[in-house]
Amino acid sequence: MAIDILVPNLGESVTEGTVSLWLKKPGDAVAADETLLELETDKATLEIPAPAAGVLTEVLVPEGEDVEIGALLGRLEAGTAAPTAGAAPKKPAAAEAPAEEPEAAPGAPAPAPEAPVSTLHAPVGLDPDSIPRSGAGGKVTVEDLQAFFEGASQEAVERSGPAVRKFIADHGLDAALLPASGRDGRITKEDVLGFLAGAAEAAPAAAPSAPARAPGVPAGDRREERVKMSRLRRTVAKRLKEAQNTAAILTTFNEADMSEVIALRKRYRELFEQKHGVRLGFMSFFVKAVVGALQEMPEVNASLDDDHIVYHHYYDIGMAVSTDLGLKVPVVRDCEKKSFAQIEKDIAELAGKARDGSLSLEEMEGGTFSISNGGIFGSMLSTPILNPPQSAILGLHNIQERAVVIDGVIQVRPMMYLAVSYDHRLIDGRESVTFLVRIKELIEKPDRLMLDV
Amino acid sequence: MSTSEKSYDLVIIGGGPGGYVAAIRAAQLGMKVACVDKRGALGGTCLNIGCIPSKALLHSSELFAQAQHKLADNGVDVGDVRLDLAKMMARKDKVVSDLTKGVEFLFRKNKIDYVRGTGRILEPGAVAVELAGGGSEMVKASSVIIATGSQPMLLPGLEIDEERIVTSTGALAFNKVPKSMIVIGAGVIGLELGSVWSRLGAQVTVLEFLDHILPGLDREVTKQAQRVLKKQGLGFQLSSKVTAAKRTKSSVTVSYEPAGGGDAGSMKAEVVLVAIGRAPYTGGLGLDELGVRTDDRGFIQVDERFQTSIPGIYAIGDCVPGPMLAHKAEEDGVVCVEMLAGQSGHVDYNLVPCVVYTWPEIAGVGQTEEQLKAGGIEYRVGKFPFQANSRSRATGDTDGLVKILADARNDRVLGVHILGPMAGDLLQEAVLAMEFGATSEDIARTLHHHPGMGEAVKEAALAVDGRAVHV
Repeated sequence: MAIDILVPNLGESVTEGTVSLWLKKPGDAVAADETLLELETDKATLEIPAPAAGVLTEVLVPEGEDVEIGALLGRLEAGTAAPTAGAAPKKPAAAEAPAEEPEAAPGAPAPAPEAPVSTLHAPVGLDPDSIPRSGAGGKVTVEDLQAFFEGASQEAVERSGPAVRKFIADHGLDAALLPASGRDGRITKEDVLGFLAGAAEAAPAAAPSAPARAPGVPAGDRREERVKMSRLRRTVAKRLKEAQNTAAILTTFNEADMSEVIALRKRYRELFEQKHGVRLGFMSFFVKAVVGALQEMPEVNASLDDDHIVYHHYYDIGMAVSTDLGLKVPVVRDCEKKSFAQIEKDIAELAGKARDGSLSLEEMEGGTFSISNGGIFGSMLSTPILNPPQSAILGLHNIQERAVVIDGVIQVRPMMYLAVSYDHRLIDGRESVTFLVRIKELIEKPDRLMLDV
Repeated sequence: MSTSEKSYDLVIIGGGPGGYVAAIRAAQLGMKVACVDKRGALGGTCLNIGCIPSKALLHSSELFAQAQHKLADNGVDVGDVRLDLAKMMARKDKVVSDLTKGVEFLFRKNKIDYVRGTGRILEPGAVAVELAGGGSEMVKASSVIIATGSQPMLLPGLEIDEERIVTSTGALAFNKVPKSMIVIGAGVIGLELGSVWSRLGAQVTVLEFLDHILPGLDREVTKQAQRVLKKQGLGFQLSSKVTAAKRTKSSVTVSYEPAGGGDAGSMKAEVVLVAIGRAPYTGGLGLDELGVRTDDRGFIQVDERFQTSIPGIYAIGDCVPGPMLAHKAEEDGVVCVEMLAGQSGHVDYNLVPCVVYTWPEIAGVGQTEEQLKAGGIEYRVGKFPFQANSRSRATGDTDGLVKILADARNDRVLGVHILGPMAGDLLQEAVLAMEFGATSEDIARTLHHHPGMGEAVKEAALAVDGRAVHV
């Protein structure tokens, strides 16, 4: 049976993506759920799995091309799956093997763990054959796909048993948002309980049935609105709360006189831009100062994994970027090896991607330390939250002229408060304070960065 | 006459399976509950004069039949087998009284007030009880649940004396085995009690208006059931409409005519059991005065929250439309009370199992093949006979089959019907599977122990895909 490989629902407010990489080529045997291709959307890179075991017969959209939800990506001949990936493309004779091949003959080896899963019908909700096709020439429309996914979640509810059905009704849950870890896409009681626990954690103030107006609040044009959190917002909420629940977060403060960095920038700005094609900002100074301080305080660049400390001998710095879609933290890799210019270029590129939503998941994963700059919005002082599993984060703030006393004389200097939040489980006050003092020193005397002193 | 007044969160009228389970669930949810019942023993029809005593007699009579006919086949020679009916009845009575006392214990444990007497609803929230011990009591509650159940339906022209012309109540308490018995109505009750007295020696004939037995169950299964019961000695006179009954001192003559018209006939027997169905029992509750709406058959009309047309008054079980089965009433009670506590309901009324405790048993859940055909639903069917089941061969219970109906489109199980040994217990896995929207393949790929009757269920599921192993 030929099965169409379609672009699935890509999540809220995402209607199209780009085929970034075909991992299989025509003739390749694939197992059910094995990744066929990668699709990039403006949120993340999605892996498109095989809807059933079989042989990939057609690739209809080449890499680099844009596709919309429901578009036909390729086709798969189901049921003729060779036992191992990479086996020869279907041989005419073998291809006629019965469709229910996993049927164990007497004395045959025990079926693979996947065997109990229905082979007659692909798991409900994933069988693209059952998508209605109301478009011209039998094409799948966006409406078809929406109806298909709604129907699929309804079906998942029906198949999830009375206890789960009651939970969903009791709490007025949207089944489409629930994870479904049970067999054939069933929602388990654990899924619902986990979801409810997560919801309570992410939004402690919003009781499940709290649309009622607070007592004593007059009606009229004082209106409220209940809007579902976007997936990204929910993820951010969950991760931040996880960090707070897990780490012993403490913040230490200091301040830096920015005079010399400002002078240096002024002096070389034009030359730098001419040569490297990128503006010389403050961030490259801070990244370089952070790397220098991290090299002296390896704990700050480490993370905890159960009862082990993992020291990272590379310096991948996450940069918190505020976008219309929410907070994103792309990572600049190997900062210890990169020049100021390269770091500025990387930051510019990643920030651009973050704002137009084209960051991949990979570009946001695996940082060893983060920098958050609340200064661009005018923050004077803040206590940033860790980006787990990282152990520390540097908070930058606005630069303001303040009166400071230097050698017994009051002077006006461009000052910035600095904050480092750190996980006290791993990092003690001595390391964190020394770490921040070192950053202060390197920023106040940037020539030390060059000389490594 | 003394009158006292007590206040509760919930008062339930009727202590049968619907009422007493609702009372316990409400108590679990923290409500203060009273249950009004006039019978003198809790448990309703089911425990006192229904399911439980009939199952006790079905078991005892089956042992008697086995001792007579089957033990010798197994090489067990017991000589002459004699019946001690008084002892059999005493055992039945003890089973009943132990269980009803058990319900009283559960009430005490859950701090439910058991008010013995006849309840009448004066207004929403107020129930006047004529106490069994004299006097009256006013029971006040925020909510009232009517759970008064049902009573046997009567046939015009046949006056019940519970001696010669009896309902199920009389047929559970004969003090001697009648030589002959006419059962009017080939439903669950008629076939069960007909089986009891047939096994104990009565010549039993079942008279039925329709042209088939056990209406509502899958026809293929009931047809086979009729063959098996006939083999056991039950006579069937189908498509016959009873017109009159004449009682003499020692017998009753029942006249009937073909349902489709034609020459009339008559038959004579020592006793007649009227088992043509049951009707809601709501007399004396004051429903008309309150304006509680009932339908043309007397069932109380309720919404999806079991609320009647009068707010604050609810009704569950046999006195509302739906299958008149104890387990359905229990679920009604639980759901009704949970909804009162602000929860949501959970019963899938398409999945109420139905079991006939003849031997072999007849059991079904979901849709019958006739219903699927009428609904125009494409289905696939898988069947497996107990004749080919090794455990059945070992025990000698080889009559019957398992039949599974699955959706042709997505393989989901739509109905399961079993005629066979312990069919009711075998059916339960199908009920659970269907609650989870399982496919026939899910059942087929679930391990079933060997040797077991349950393997017949698995094989029937395999047969849906044309791959049963042992046929």
